Amino acid sequence: MNLDSKIPEGPLSEKWDNHRFSSKLVNPANKRKYRIIVVGSGLAGGSAAATLGELGYNVDCFCYQDSPRRAHSIAAQGGINAAKNYQNDGDSTHRLFYDTVKGGDFRSREANVYRLAQVSTNIIDQCVAQGVPFAREYGGLLANRSFGGAQVSRTFYARGQTGQQLLLGAYSALSRQISAGQVKMHTRQEMLDIVVVDGHAKGIITRNLATGETKAWTADAVLLCTGGYGNVYYLSTNAIGCNVTATYRAYRRGAGFANPCFTQIHPTCIPVSGDHQSKLTLMSESLRNDGRVWVPKNAEDSTKNPNEIPEDARDYYLERKYPSFGNLAPRDISSRSAKEACDEGRGVGPGGRGVYLDFADSISRLGESAIRERYGNLFQMYERITGENAYQRPMRIYPAIHYTMGGLWVDYNLMTTIPGCFALGEANFSDHGANRLGASALMQGLSDGYFVIPYTIGDYLARSGTGSISPDSPEVKEVMESVRQRVDQLTSASGKRSSRSYHKELGQIMWDYAGMARNATGLEKAIGQIQDLRDDFNKNLLVPGSGDTLNAELERAGRVRDFLDFGELLCRDAFERNESCGGHFREEYQTEDGEATRDDENFAHAAVWEYKGEEKTPTRHKEELKYDNVKLAVRSYK
Amino acid sequence: MNLILKVWRQDGADDEGRFETHQINGVSEDSSFLEMMDQLNEQLLEEGNEPILFDHDCREGVCGTCSLTINGFAHGPENSTTTCQLHMRKFSDGETITVEPFRARAFPVVRDLVVDRSAFDRITQAGGFITVRTGSAPDGNALPVPKDDSDKAMDAAACIGCGACVASCKNASAMLFTAAKAGHLNLLPQGQAEKDKRVLSMVSAMDKSGFGNCRNYGECSAACPKDISLDYIAKLNRDHVKAKIKKIFA
Repeated sequence: MNLDSKIPEGPLSEKWDNHRFSSKLVNPANKRKYRIIVVGSGLAGGSAAATLGELGYNVDCFCYQDSPRRAHSIAAQGGINAAKNYQNDGDSTHRLFYDTVKGGDFRSREANVYRLAQVSTNIIDQCVAQGVPFAREYGGLLANRSFGGAQVSRTFYARGQTGQQLLLGAYSALSRQISAGQVKMHTRQEMLDIVVVDGHAKGIITRNLATGETKAWTADAVLLCTGGYGNVYYLSTNAIGCNVTATYRAYRRGAGFANPCFTQIHPTCIPVSGDHQSKLTLMSESLRNDGRVWVPKNAEDSTKNPNEIPEDARDYYLERKYPSFGNLAPRDISSRSAKEACDEGRGVGPGGRGVYLDFADSISRLGESAIRERYGNLFQMYERITGENAYQRPMRIYPAIHYTMGGLWVDYNLMTTIPGCFALGEANFSDHGANRLGASALMQGLSDGYFVIPYTIGDYLARSGTGSISPDSPEVKEVMESVRQRVDQLTSASGKRSSRSYHKELGQIMWDYAGMARNATGLEKAIGQIQDLRDDFNKNLLVPGSGDTLNAELERAGRVRDFLDFGELLCRDAFERNESCGGHFREEYQTEDGEATRDDENFAHAAVWEYKGEEKTPTRHKEELKYDNVKLAVRSYK
Repeated sequence: MNLILKVWRQDGADDEGRFETHQINGVSEDSSFLEMMDQLNEQLLEEGNEPILFDHDCREGVCGTCSLTINGFAHGPENSTTTCQLHMRKFSDGETITVEPFRARAFPVVRDLVVDRSAFDRITQAGGFITVRTGSAPDGNALPVPKDDSDKAMDAAACIGCGACVASCKNASAMLFTAAKAGHLNLLPQGQAEKDKRVLSMVSAMDKSGFGNCRNYGECSAACPKDISLDYIAKLNRDHVKAKIKKIFA
């Protein structure tokens, strides 16, 4: 597997400039001769499709939702980072770069992260011009807030709905290209495979979810902007439809999958309330700006009314353990501390899996109306779900799977190991290392779509030339046939168990053994259990109805089938990575006081998995990560 | 909780459709409405029946995918709440709940409770954007926007495009949806250049999609899970008249 990262020559701050100059260009008049497929319409896919359409390429964009505006980027709450330094508080491109590399526990690629920090400022300008209603000061200029893992205020936000507003911005740009005829939008279509001809990505196979029709689409390049795989845990903050199928299918066709074990657990979600639960709801990390996290000092107090627990019987454990970052400690550290407190029996709420996020101090300092202005919609959402009023009683929160840093391996051009197949946004692995900082996902999705792919795809297309193949060619028909067989096999499953029951069981295995803390014994056990579960799935699955109409059970069965394979890959990756870093905490590798122990000598690399065939063990390759501009340090937030 | 559900079933746009009645027992009060529907679907599967289809995705009230007319109300009887955020503690044990799709001529039924809302996309494509080439934007702080205007634009931009406004209007008008998008962009200085063209084309696309006329009943705003105000409809009407007059004299 060729893992040439294609990092450009020159000093860090000049790499992107140099690269843009040395990249080949496609003549404006020739752009219309190329066809590009974009799968996904979230921040990465929507912004890429809109921008490539605007440049003059012919774009086909696909989404499984009924409208491109519904992609799950819409649910991001807190904000988007940019090194604007509008606050005059010491921010710079280099600081955003450094914070992101450090936040990622030194497992991301320097050059990619620096570029991300560089273009972050352009994103804000672009979004403001599109009419994104960012929060403003009374003077009419843009407001900022601070976020976990940073000591400067560089986060731009639109109330608690930043993702929604940025996505609607990208959707509006996309809509403009659709009406101009540059982008053809295909909704309620799920990508089920990728077509590779002579080593190059040349198309995809989709299933129309409304009519059941499977169809081949061909193009000169394929962009996978299909998000993360958090739903392998069943319960996560992802939308119900989020799935790994597109990236997993590309992996089976030759795309390397990097660092699947790097998953992010978000510290501030509403705790699980019972077995009926279908998803977990995030409470924006921005709440930690004004909320203080605590549990009772004594386990006996954990069932008491929190307002009756006196100050000196409370343990504000983040402030105690990490005095300089306090309640704004990064996500992985905050999550693990919550788990520790609950493991000690000091957790609160049903099942003892929860900690308090208390706004009483902020309310008495700033007044209830100030808190309502900042977080009103979040408090309202909390009340709807739990029936409790967080202005009067501390919120209960607990960590949940939220984001996945791993993804398809890409080079500096965002191209996977299949030439012509690119991965953008959460679907790739490059920028967040082992842990993503808050307000950085939106930044990366839009950076990839608006400002990176328009340059790098031109270089690929100019070098490879137009060469779209016919949907009727034998290579395409072969892939199409394999997809039809897979769908038919699922449709004829007439066992006893629903796909949801398998998904739940898989999720439990993943959470128990590959969740917030992992160890070799547990991971081996998980791999065995997943294999058994998959065998059972193949024998006892039940899918009602037919394949030629809207059939939600069939859709779910296909996604769960891929999750069953993928979950095993994730556990395998976690098993092989004998260190603790970022979101990947291996219990064998920790200091006496429970802090993660990284192993830079043996694991300062991205692990890239190559598919070797059904029932065969995949091969683990390495991309060594070189740090020329930052010193690898123990990540301390104390 | 034990409940009786009267649910609309329809095999496709051309099918006549019918109500089916199901008993469901042991529903947790902490379930969301859609989790209760999941539970019913698992039960239907066990009984050898086909599950009921409904649209849903984020389940946190922001993607706008979920719909359902519950006991006659779009997104159910709870104010400012989408179906996915509606919890069963708002219903009582033994209650009969009627579940129908969002009904409107411009939203044809796909299957069961799933409807086609692509007409909303067409309205946005007609002018729900500000033309700005990627890369050509000035500095974000080059143009101050008064906080009040920005806040009002944000109030309108909070629309999730679910279609509850259309489903609750007896004329099935899409005025609130259209007014929210036009209002968001027209309130901002960035949106001024295309303001007239925007309102004319968006309103025309709305009319062509088969939505009814607005008669200011106000049901739309009452049903809106994001509380989009009727003021935006008034603003759209004003902007539309101005644009039309300017066109006549241009």
